[in-house]
Amino acid sequence: MDKVQRMASEHGVVIFSKSTCCLCYAVTILFRDLGVDPYVHELDHDNDGKDMEKALMRMGCNASVPAVFIGGKLVGSTNEVMSLHLKGSLIQLLKPYLPD
Amino acid sequence: MNSSTYTQFVASKRMGICDPIHQIGMWGDFKGSSFPDTLILEVENCLESEMPIMEKRLDNETEEPSHVTVGRSNIYEPETSKRIDKLYIQMNRRLAQNREAARKSRLRKKAYVQQLENSKLKLLQLEQELERARQQGLYVGGGGLDASQIGCSGTANSEIATFEMEYGHWVEEQDRQTDDLKSALNSQIGEIEMRILVEGCLNHYFDLFRLKATAANTDVLYLMSGTWKASAERFFLWIGGFRPSELLKVLTPHVEPLTEQQVQEVCNLTQSCQQAEDALSQGLVKLHQILAEAVAAGTLGDGIILPQMTATIEKLEALVRFVNQADHLRQETLLQMSCILSVQQSAQGLLALGDYFKRLRSLSSLWSSRTSEPA
Repeated sequence: MDKVQRMASEHGVVIFSKSTCCLCYAVTILFRDLGVDPYVHELDHDNDGKDMEKALMRMGCNASVPAVFIGGKLVGSTNEVMSLHLKGSLIQLLKPYLPD
Repeated sequence: MNSSTYTQFVASKRMGICDPIHQIGMWGDFKGSSFPDTLILEVENCLESEMPIMEKRLDNETEEPSHVTVGRSNIYEPETSKRIDKLYIQMNRRLAQNREAARKSRLRKKAYVQQLENSKLKLLQLEQELERARQQGLYVGGGGLDASQIGCSGTANSEIATFEMEYGHWVEEQDRQTDDLKSALNSQIGEIEMRILVEGCLNHYFDLFRLKATAANTDVLYLMSGTWKASAERFFLWIGGFRPSELLKVLTPHVEPLTEQQVQEVCNLTQSCQQAEDALSQGLVKLHQILAEAVAAGTLGDGIILPQMTATIEKLEALVRFVNQADHLRQETLLQMSCILSVQQSAQGLLALGDYFKRLRSLSSLWSSRTSEPA
């Protein structure tokens, strides 16, 4: 959906979340630990939240949130983030967005 | 001489039993052979009196009827022939009825045994439920709600019982694989066989995660409590299982000297693992807070009302995602490790892990016997 893609492109690291979702919170913590400051958008505080959720699920996120975008591209949900991190690839993806 | 068998029937009215008869063959074949009238009479009497006929199969060889007086040669008269034919039909029918009755009896027995097995399983489950209830307490809140009102079902309990049984099998297989690894490392097996062994062990761990995923959907609190694990293992519990970074610490010293690159990779993996664990742990802390607030909310003195309870249960269900995520982390850690290490090293690492868990279970047994109350 346009709004999802637009917001994803506006910031380097974007996490679509819900304020009640503790797993989303965990992913946000991880990124902060790695040194980036992700832009977190709470869908339950957005009027278009339901539509955005549907869009995210259409894009491939089974659980809709958390949905992580790096550099405007969808990385995935918690599983993908964790796998990438263990492989060492996540930190590579985040390099351009780390503060110097 | 044809190869078909013929009937041989003796009714012993005095004893009230029938001797086994042999398979009925072609009565037509009897024509021309000796067949006493008294025998026909006896058969007819038996059929009329509803005495049981037992069937016994013969080899293909024919036998002379021992009771028939040798030397008497009767040629069939038409009257005799008719009676023989009638007998044949009647006996055939009786035998068929017997076979049917025997078949039905076997089916009834099978059903009864099945029922017994089911009852036995139900009894086991009830015993387990009782034990759990004693340990944990069954009633919730001041409102006097009990588990049945919130919707605990018998199905859930039987699924948990199934999980515990399957986990038991998993542990046995785990120990077997650990032994296999030990012998493989002591012998000179080829790399391909070693690789198959290693992959088998890894897949076995993945099987456990699949088992746990099903159990998590049934009762995540049960899974998180670790009651299904040995007591010493429970001490190390982290979100329903072992801590991945701990695993790496356990197996690294047992692996053949790592290359410099491997050392670096293992170091990176350990660090990433710990970061992921910390993130999940913090997420869980947040879930604790949310749950505690939900349970603590409401005016004093009204216990916990049902709608509030339902909402709280929904929050609890978020735990399922955490457990699944933790298992995913365990799986990925094992996979990554197997990528970094050589096949030989992976085998050594998996052996170290298998031994580690075995020792934890032995420790638990020792502990139970030490702290068990005197009979």
